[in-house]
Amino acid sequence: MNAKKKRRLAFAAALVAVGAMLAVLIRYGLGQNIMYFHSPADVVAGHVGEGVAFRIGGLVEQGSISHGAGAAVKFRVTDGKGSVPANFVGVLPALFREGQGVVATGAMDGHGTFIASEVLAKHDEKYMPPEVVAALKKSGRWKEGEMQ
Amino acid sequence: MTGELGLLALCFALALSLVMAAAGLLGTRAQADAARRVATSSALGFLVFTLLAFGVLTYAFVVSDFSVALVASHSHTLKPLVYKISGVWGNHEGSMLLWVLVLALYAGVVAILGRGGARLTSGALGIQGLLAAAFLLFILFTSNPFLRLDPAPFEGAGLMPLLQDPGLAMHPPMLYAGYVGLSAAFSYAAAALMVGDAAIINNWARAARPFMLMAWIALTSGIALGSWWAYYELGWGGFWGWDPVENASLMPWLIATALLHSALATEKSGAFRTWTLLLAIAGFSLSLIGTFLVRSGVLSSVHAFASDPTRGFFIMVLIALAIGGALALFAWRAPSLQGGAAFEPASRETALLLNNVFLLAACACVFAGTLYPLILDAMNGTKITVGPPYYVLTFAPIFFALLLLVPFGPRLGWKRGDLKAVWRSLYPALGLAGIAAVAVLAIVSPRTIAATGAFAVAGWLIGASILDLRKRKGARASAFAAALAHAGLGVTLLGVAGTTAWRSEAIAVVGPGQTMTVGPYTLRFDGVTREKGPNFIADRAHVAVMDGGRVSAMLQPEHRFYPAEGQDMTDTAIRTTGLRDLYLALGDERDDGRFALRAYVSPLAPLIWLGGLMMSLGGMLSLWGRLRAPSAEPAAVAQAAE
Repeated sequence: MNAKKKRRLAFAAALVAVGAMLAVLIRYGLGQNIMYFHSPADVVAGHVGEGVAFRIGGLVEQGSISHGAGAAVKFRVTDGKGSVPANFVGVLPALFREGQGVVATGAMDGHGTFIASEVLAKHDEKYMPPEVVAALKKSGRWKEGEMQ
Repeated sequence: MTGELGLLALCFALALSLVMAAAGLLGTRAQADAARRVATSSALGFLVFTLLAFGVLTYAFVVSDFSVALVASHSHTLKPLVYKISGVWGNHEGSMLLWVLVLALYAGVVAILGRGGARLTSGALGIQGLLAAAFLLFILFTSNPFLRLDPAPFEGAGLMPLLQDPGLAMHPPMLYAGYVGLSAAFSYAAAALMVGDAAIINNWARAARPFMLMAWIALTSGIALGSWWAYYELGWGGFWGWDPVENASLMPWLIATALLHSALATEKSGAFRTWTLLLAIAGFSLSLIGTFLVRSGVLSSVHAFASDPTRGFFIMVLIALAIGGALALFAWRAPSLQGGAAFEPASRETALLLNNVFLLAACACVFAGTLYPLILDAMNGTKITVGPPYYVLTFAPIFFALLLLVPFGPRLGWKRGDLKAVWRSLYPALGLAGIAAVAVLAIVSPRTIAATGAFAVAGWLIGASILDLRKRKGARASAFAAALAHAGLGVTLLGVAGTTAWRSEAIAVVGPGQTMTVGPYTLRFDGVTREKGPNFIADRAHVAVMDGGRVSAMLQPEHRFYPAEGQDMTDTAIRTTGLRDLYLALGDERDDGRFALRAYVSPLAPLIWLGGLMMSLGGMLSLWGRLRAPSAEPAAVAQAAE
C-alpha cells in the first residue's frame, strides 16, 4: 500500500467516523425534542398527558374569548368533535379571531385546560396550517373551498 | 393591453432562454465562436425581456390595473406606493417572476463580465439558460402573473397588512439574489464538468468566485433582514425561531459559506478540487429545496403562505432534474478528475477542511430537523414539529466548535503552517476571551454557562480579528475582509447570547396615567388616540419612558385596522440604545377602557444584526478587492505552485 492510498483510507475512515457520530447526535436529538401535534378531539379523548408540551390546532370557538385578570385571555379551540379550553397570558397576534384557525404551543394542566405558551400568527388570511386542515378533515368539519 | 404585453415578453424571454441554453452548450466546444456570440446576445435579450415583463407587472401594480387578476387580489388604490411596488413580489406568481428576473440579471453579468475563458462562460450561460427555461415554463403553466379578470373589479382586495412593511421591500429580493446567485456557481461547476478540460476544471472556481461572493453577501443580508423583520413583527417567533422556512434559508447559507472557503483552497493551492465542484452543486440544490419547502405548502410554518400542490410537484421535478443531472455529469467526469493537491496536517488547507466538515455537519443537523416532520407525516401521518431544543442540542455545539477554530485559519500558511507560532500569536485573543468570560460572571446576572461560553468565544473571535487587522497593516483587501466577517460572527454571537440569557418581559393591563416596570425601565401609559394612516386606522398608544421623574422618550405602539383588507395588525414600537432594545406591543382593549401592554427589554439585541452587517461588508470588501484586481494572481502562479 503506498502513501497516497494510506492517506485516502485514513480520510475515508475519518469521514465514516464523523458521519456516524453525527447520525447518533441527530437521532438522539430528534428522540428528545420533537413536539407532537394534537387535535382538540385527541385531547378530549385523553391522548395527551399532563405537562407534556405539544401543539394544538383548530378553530377558535365562536363566543369563547374572554379576558381574565391582568393580561390573561381565555378561549376554546375546537375541531367540531372536541373543544378544549385554553389560557394564554400575553398579547395575541392581530389575526387571532373567533371562528379563525389557530395554532398554539403549550401543555395541559391538571384540570383539562391548555396553558398556551405561544400563539402563532399567520402571514396570510387564507392560510390554514396543514395540521388544522387535517384535524378539521378528520372530524368532518372541513369542506373544500369553504375556508378559501 | 399591458397584461398581454407582459405575457408576450415572458414568451420571448422563454424563447431566448432556450436559444441561450442551446447556443451556450454548443459553445463549450473549442471551435464554436459563433455559438458563443449567440449565447451572449440571447442572454442579454433574455434579460431585456424579463425586465420588460417585470416592469409591466410593476406598472400594473403602480397604476392599480385591476383587470390583471394578480393586482386585483393583492393590491389596492389606497396602498402607499412603496407597498404597491413591493406587493409585486408579495405573492406567489410575482415572487417567481422576481426569481427569474434575478436569474436573468446574473446571466447578464455572466455574459458581460464572465471570466475563466470563452468555453467555460458559454457553458455557464447554457446551464443558466436551461434553468431559466424551466422556471419560465413553471411560471407560464402554473403561475401566470398576467391572468386577466373580466370584468375588472372597481377596487382591489389589498395586501395582507403584515406584509405592508419595509421588510417585504427588502427581504425577499435580497434572499432571492442569494438563492439565485448560487445558481451561477452551480452553472460554472456544471460547465467545467461538461467541458472536461483539465485547465478549465482547475480554474473554474476562480472564475465563479465573484458569483459565490455575491450570492453569499445577498444571502447573509437577506437572512439578517428577515431575522430583523421577524423580530419586530409580533407573533413571528423573534429573531430566530428555527422555523422550517427560516431553516430553508440557513441551509444554503451554510453550504455557501463552506463553498467560499473550499473554493479559496482550490484556487490558491489546488486542494479539494472535486469537493468544491460538489459543494457548488449542493449549494444551489439546497436553494431549490428551500424554494420548494417554502412555496409548496408542505411545511407547517409561521411564515407559510396559502399554496397550490401542483406547483410543489413541478418544483420537485425541477429539483430532481437539476440535482440528478449535475450529479450524473459529476459521476461521468469523476474518474478523469485530477486529485487535489497534497498538504501537511498543520496548514491552512486543514483549517479549511475542518471549516467544511463542521459547516456540513451543522447543515446536516438543520436538514434532518427540517425534513424529519415531513418524512414522519408521509410515513404514518404523525404530525410533529422539531423545536428549538433540538437545534440547541445538535447545531449549537457543532457551530461553537467551528467558531473556536476560526481564528487559526487565516494565520496558518498554505501547504504547511506553524501551528505553535500561530497559537502563540493568538495569546492576546485568548486574553480577551478570558476577560469577556470573567466580566460576564462578575457583572451580569443571572449567570449562565451558555452566556459565559458565548462571550468567551465572541471575545476570542473579535480579539483574533483585531490582531489580524493590526498585524497586517496595508494588507490585501481579502485579509481585511476575512477579519471583518469573522469579527461579525463574534458580534452576532454576543447579541444572541445577550438576548437569550438576559431578556426581561412584563405584561400588564394599564389605564391612562398608570405605570409598569420592565427591566430597568418605568413606563407610563398616557392613553390611546385614534389616528388615520394612508390606508389604515390606528389606535396609537402613547407610552412615556420615565427616567427619574423625567420623560426620556415616547413610544407609540399601535393597533391598526386596514378597512380594505378587513384585517387587524399590531405595530410594535422599539427604542434602541444600540446596546439594548425596549420593545412594546399594544394588546386589546378591555371592557373598562384599559389596554393590555406587553413590554420587553432585550439586552444586546441590535448586535445580532450589526454582526450580520459586518459579515456582509466583509463579503463586499472581498468582492471589491477581487473585481479591482482581476489579475493580481494569475492562474499560472497557482499552477506553478503545485
